[in-house]
Amino acid sequence: MSNATDTAQKKKAPAGERVADWADGRLGIYTLAKANMRKIFPDHWSFMLGEVALYSFIIIILTGVYLTLFFTPSMGEIEYHGSYVPMQGIKMSEAYASTLDISFDVRGGLLMRQIHHWAALLFLAAMFVHMMRVFFTGAFRKPREINWLFGFLLFVLGMFTGFTGYSLPDDLLSGTGVRFMEGAILSVPIVGSYLSMFLFGGEFPGHDVIPRFFAVHVLLLPGIMLALLVAHLILVFYHKHTQFAGPGRNNRNVVGMPLLPVYMAKAGGFFFLVFGVIAVISAVFTINPIWVLGPYRPDQVSTNAQPDWYMGFSEGLIRAMPGWEINLWGHTLALGVFVPLIIFPMVLAAIAVYPFIESWVTGDKREHHIAQRPRNAPTRTGFGAAWISWYFVLLVGGGNDLWATHFHLSINSITWFVRIGFFVVPLVVFWCTRRICLGLQRRDREKVLHGRESGIIKRLPHGEFVEVHEPLTQDELHTLTAHEQYQPREIGPQTDDNGVERKVGRVEKLRARLSKGYYGEQAQIPKPSASEYEEITSGHGHH
Amino acid sequence: MSSQGPDENVSEDKQPEERRSGVERAGGGGAPDPFADPGLPPHEPRIQDIDEGAAKRSERAVALLFAISMLATVAFIASYVAFPIDKIVYVWPIGRVSALNLSLGVTLGIALFCIGAGAVHWARTLMSDQEMIDERHSVAAEPEMEAKVKSDFVQGAKESGFGRRKLIRNTMFGAVALVPLSGVVLLRDLGPLPENKLRHTLWSKGKLLVNENTNQPLRPEDISVGSLTFAKPEGLEEDDHDFHSEIAKASLMLVRLEPNDIKDKRELDWSHEGIVAYSKICTHVGCPVSLYEQQTHHVLCPCHQSTFDLTDGARVLFGPAGHPLPQLKISVNKDGYLEAQDDFQEPVGPSFWERG
Amino acid sequence: MKKLSARRRHPLAAFVVLLFALAVTGGLYTAFAPSGEAKADQESSQSLAIEEGKKLYDVGCSSCHGTGGQGTTDGPSLVGVGAAAVDFQVGTGRMPMQQQGAQAPSKPKIYEQSEIDQLASYVASLGSGPSMPTKEQYDPSGADVANGGELFRTNCAQCHNFTGQGGALTHGKTAPNLEGVEPKHIYEAMQTGPQNMPSFTDGALPEKDKKDIVAYVKEANGEKSESPGGFALGGFGPVSEGMFAWVFGMGVLVGVAVWVAARTAKAKKS
Repeated sequence: MSNATDTAQKKKAPAGERVADWADGRLGIYTLAKANMRKIFPDHWSFMLGEVALYSFIIIILTGVYLTLFFTPSMGEIEYHGSYVPMQGIKMSEAYASTLDISFDVRGGLLMRQIHHWAALLFLAAMFVHMMRVFFTGAFRKPREINWLFGFLLFVLGMFTGFTGYSLPDDLLSGTGVRFMEGAILSVPIVGSYLSMFLFGGEFPGHDVIPRFFAVHVLLLPGIMLALLVAHLILVFYHKHTQFAGPGRNNRNVVGMPLLPVYMAKAGGFFFLVFGVIAVISAVFTINPIWVLGPYRPDQVSTNAQPDWYMGFSEGLIRAMPGWEINLWGHTLALGVFVPLIIFPMVLAAIAVYPFIESWVTGDKREHHIAQRPRNAPTRTGFGAAWISWYFVLLVGGGNDLWATHFHLSINSITWFVRIGFFVVPLVVFWCTRRICLGLQRRDREKVLHGRESGIIKRLPHGEFVEVHEPLTQDELHTLTAHEQYQPREIGPQTDDNGVERKVGRVEKLRARLSKGYYGEQAQIPKPSASEYEEITSGHGHH
Repeated sequence: MSSQGPDENVSEDKQPEERRSGVERAGGGGAPDPFADPGLPPHEPRIQDIDEGAAKRSERAVALLFAISMLATVAFIASYVAFPIDKIVYVWPIGRVSALNLSLGVTLGIALFCIGAGAVHWARTLMSDQEMIDERHSVAAEPEMEAKVKSDFVQGAKESGFGRRKLIRNTMFGAVALVPLSGVVLLRDLGPLPENKLRHTLWSKGKLLVNENTNQPLRPEDISVGSLTFAKPEGLEEDDHDFHSEIAKASLMLVRLEPNDIKDKRELDWSHEGIVAYSKICTHVGCPVSLYEQQTHHVLCPCHQSTFDLTDGARVLFGPAGHPLPQLKISVNKDGYLEAQDDFQEPVGPSFWERG
Repeated sequence: MKKLSARRRHPLAAFVVLLFALAVTGGLYTAFAPSGEAKADQESSQSLAIEEGKKLYDVGCSSCHGTGGQGTTDGPSLVGVGAAAVDFQVGTGRMPMQQQGAQAPSKPKIYEQSEIDQLASYVASLGSGPSMPTKEQYDPSGADVANGGELFRTNCAQCHNFTGQGGALTHGKTAPNLEGVEPKHIYEAMQTGPQNMPSFTDGALPEKDKKDIVAYVKEANGEKSESPGGFALGGFGPVSEGMFAWVFGMGVLVGVAVWVAARTAKAKKS
């Protein structure tokens, strides 16, 4: 494909080329460039969502390094005498005071803080959206399952990096979040109080948690994330990007624009676009104004005590849980806290393991590089929509006090809605989404067989009115029928020809049941076959 | 033919065949596939490809964007120098904001955005938009290579004697499994053992209840029906090294009820003239509960909405808390100040395994 | 001056001078008169106010609070609530209530301040309670804002939020937003504990502390409040920030992504 290494002239080569030759002799960069310099990337806006996440991560690292130059990760108590008047004379930790200094005494410090925080919120939102794009188009299928897990881990680690970073300023809001974490840890059976003592270096809040969170936030978690991110990108390059079906695009090729020059400019430019948008947001909209929140004191609190959005679903879990507590044989099991603590990872795991469940049900061992349209995988789409609705119900629960004040509702009714909705809403959404997908499949089928409704009404000689349907182009016909449809698995006869009973395990039965649920008659509309199409288009099919 | 309706005879693992691509391949005998892939559509030129004037305009637009970016960077430096850090300006509709933050952010944003917009506009209008095709190759290795790798591995493993010399293998596993333990042991000094630290607070018999607002000992007259007062134990000062850890357990909420309204007998016994002292720390996860509704005598926790009934031993009415707020037994000393009769009778704050 | 000298000989000039002289004498007398007699004067005007207040009360309040302020099933007793409570409840439009509900919302006030004063005098006469604060008690100028903030976070933020944006209570009750509430009314609310808000007695929260709190509320949530970082998104914290990041932030970035990924228009179509 590439002719970049095609250097004919032997004379004095330009300086850049000589540097490249030098590097190639030591690093072998030309071999690397041969494979990647003209690598093809398909064009679709949804393929850029992961890049939003990547770029916000870079922005977070850049601004984060700047912030460490001024931040003091210490819980030592001092009296504030900086330039922010409403805090003067107040006792606070050095962490909080240095955050005030960043905001009010370092020129541009406030901007860097706000960019850092807005970029963090957008980083997680972009990862979430990117993950949903991959999910709904089936781009997690073989050979990309491992990359799906890398991405998922990045999302989870991003949540915890966010949480530890949000706690660093030691303000009243984040301190309340840390207190919640202490309570959650205490609820762990048997070892809870030990874990809490070890984390806080003694009793809550102690003097150790901010420096420890600092190390975790700036070193441990970002280090792991960076490694995962590199692995994630290497795999994206290695597997080549998925693409949507279309004329000339199939499972064995990738059609699009080359990295050099088009995607170099587009992706490179997109970094600046993302950075620019976040910079303007940070100039105009304030985020986490810790100076009005006040320094943390365990005996103070404010209403509207919520974590950042990515932890909001766990807040919903904890708010909606009834206060169950078991006291037996001198021990306490605080189910009201411990159950949400267990469901919290399970909510995330539900989406993470889904690709493996699907590949087990289909038994498909082939590589898939065509991104599916969500409607063509109704059960998966239904599951994904149900998961999102589940997540959303929990977010509502996490912000129940604000829903109460803004929609003039009772906080108790909202909590009850979340308690019931936790179980009911995903089922309803699953059912509705699957129906909608099937409806869309039917529409595609109609379109292929009968063409597009043109809006032109024609009167036939005998007086009947009909609408003229325009036949689709070959491109459209191909695109609308390019998806594959599985057949449900069958267990087969329980006894063989000789009447000997064949053992069918329960797992196998379950698999067959699921397969029927996925690909049975109720779950997908057969796409038009060539013979159906021929029959209709060969003259007498108009109506 | 590609996969068809459900009644068609399908292969054993029920997987659809891969669709063939390209019209040219469809003509192998039977009727041509009406849905066959017509192949990549021919490239159509953009205006910029055929009209040099349009291309020039695009070039100028890109250059203009880059130039704006340069100006914005200059403006960034200028605002860094020009605006004092504490200058507040009123900007409609966002309000009274820092002039420095606004100008730095907007100029930085423009400088960055214009670089990006220029690059993307350049790519979209002037670089080739001819679509190109990369063939994919199976991720898994070819069979010969697979066989070679496997036989190499077997050879190497055999040469190591790993499978044969079991003693070496087992002791190596043992050593490698044990060595991380030293890392775990090193974590021991992260913190002390819990012992009974979570069971005790600074309260004890005779400790005065000190008003959090005024730092003065409280008298019963300071607390009227419908009022809300917060107290800390005498001797605990904000400057103390352990102030936060101690106030996190000892913080107290004082309310006066009509003695007739108190339903719980023990609560009445532990009160003084209807003044009841409850822990301010929620039994759920430790937020300071203090949203006291003086008409209903319910307290709500702002974090997770646990609701307690102060007239009935702080029973949980709603929400995720598992048990009532602990009550502190109080009385009045001879000088007329409120004092504690004892420490809390149960651990304050969130539940834990050893709480009992 | 010319005009004045021209009118000096006007037939009515003598009356004007006489009236002026009378006014000055009266004023001087009031200023220098022994206080006891002024008090007597005040008392008589006080009893007049109580009488006027009772009339207003009988018309506007008695249906719920009873003819003598003793309370009914529809409204609590007003004996001993004091003038400050009346000034707060009626002055912020909470009373008279339009309908029974979880709590009385504030709305445009119905009575003039002079009528409110009369009502307050009447209710205060039913039993002793907190009297209306004077301007120097609640006027925030010169107060210690930092101390007010610290006290606000201890005593108020749990219901009213960090910057006094308000918050939810149980079963549909709310702690109101404090934006635009007059200093006097904030002070009275702390004194009297309207509706479900607890009161903060002077023993628990001395006058100076209340004044500091008023000053902090005005600083944090007044029309002159500063938000150095930019638009505050309501001041509700992470929920509104997260919503903004999703709707606006992701919205704009997806829009940009669509532009980046889209093909340029083909020559044929344009």
